[in-house]
Amino acid sequence: MVGSGQHDFGAALLDPDLPLPEGITAPNGKKAARRFAIYRNNVTVSLIDALAGIFPALQRLVGETFFRDMARLYLVQEPPRSPVIFEYGGGFADFLSQFEPLAAYPYLPDVARLERAWLDAFHAADADPLHPGSLGAIPPERLADTTFTPHPATRIVQSRFAAISIFSASREERTLDGIRPANAEDGLITRPAYSVEVRQLPAGAADFFLALISGATLGEAADSTIARYPEFDLPSAISAMLEAGVFSACWFGEPNSEDPS
Amino acid sequence: MSQKALIGASTLAGAVAMAISGATFLASTQGAAAATEKCYGVAMAGKNDCAAGPGTTCAGTSKVDFQGNAWKTVDAGTCTTMSVEGGRMGSLEPLDRDLPA
Repeated sequence: MVGSGQHDFGAALLDPDLPLPEGITAPNGKKAARRFAIYRNNVTVSLIDALAGIFPALQRLVGETFFRDMARLYLVQEPPRSPVIFEYGGGFADFLSQFEPLAAYPYLPDVARLERAWLDAFHAADADPLHPGSLGAIPPERLADTTFTPHPATRIVQSRFAAISIFSASREERTLDGIRPANAEDGLITRPAYSVEVRQLPAGAADFFLALISGATLGEAADSTIARYPEFDLPSAISAMLEAGVFSACWFGEPNSEDPS
Repeated sequence: MSQKALIGASTLAGAVAMAISGATFLASTQGAAAATEKCYGVAMAGKNDCAAGPGTTCAGTSKVDFQGNAWKTVDAGTCTTMSVEGGRMGSLEPLDRDLPA
């Protein structure tokens, strides 16, 4: 339980118009407000710095000054809920989508989703990706019933805009030349070893992976995807999921007894 | 599901076989890429890696190009053969050269 004293303290940290929290004193009783203001400033600046560290592509796109001003508004509206600062910013994409000055750049919230997913993948638990041999060892007649365990780092971001191209260009400090923002793109984020990898997926692959992640069998996922995307390239999608490390294990009927190599 | 499967078992088996044969060389290069080492003195300013990762962080905090005490993950076995401008080489141990003032 957070006492009301702590609640007032927390609120006053983010809002300079609130009175000095009760119980804050300084040696001669006079400088408490000024000292608290220094602390308030440190908290605000460190949270803005954290957001800049988590959303570097976004900062490069909107410019540092704009980003920092915007971050200051966001942190008042949504202060961190976790003491672990690298978990901050989960609501930043939604904040951006409501942020009037950015209404002309509707792809920015999806860029923020990609950046948040990138850091989630970075900090996800380690796991060996599914070895192609484990899938190859499944008897052909059992493949349709095979299900997959998602790798802890796997994230999929579907965008109505070219968010993946824009994210990649910004992170690699390239210009946005040649990118058509209105082209929808699906992004896959994985971390097969130590490095986070971001891929743009061909049509249907995101639906296929999402179906498998939610527990559908290989046969069900392939069927539902082909029904929606007749051009869906199943071998390429399976190849991509092995290469990117989307899954960590596969099963048919009972647990696949592969030894984790 | 009463719906008839659109994809037959043989098509599925064929797709998996194709995917795996295509993935064989990818898996082997990935195995090689997974073997990495920390290499000091080769990262450009602001491009160093960090064990704790971004958002926390010390990644991207190096101040000068090829800073001697900043490292970057590279393929195993390649670090000490890396030369950067001015005849400087990568090192598996932190270096005293190119430290920020």
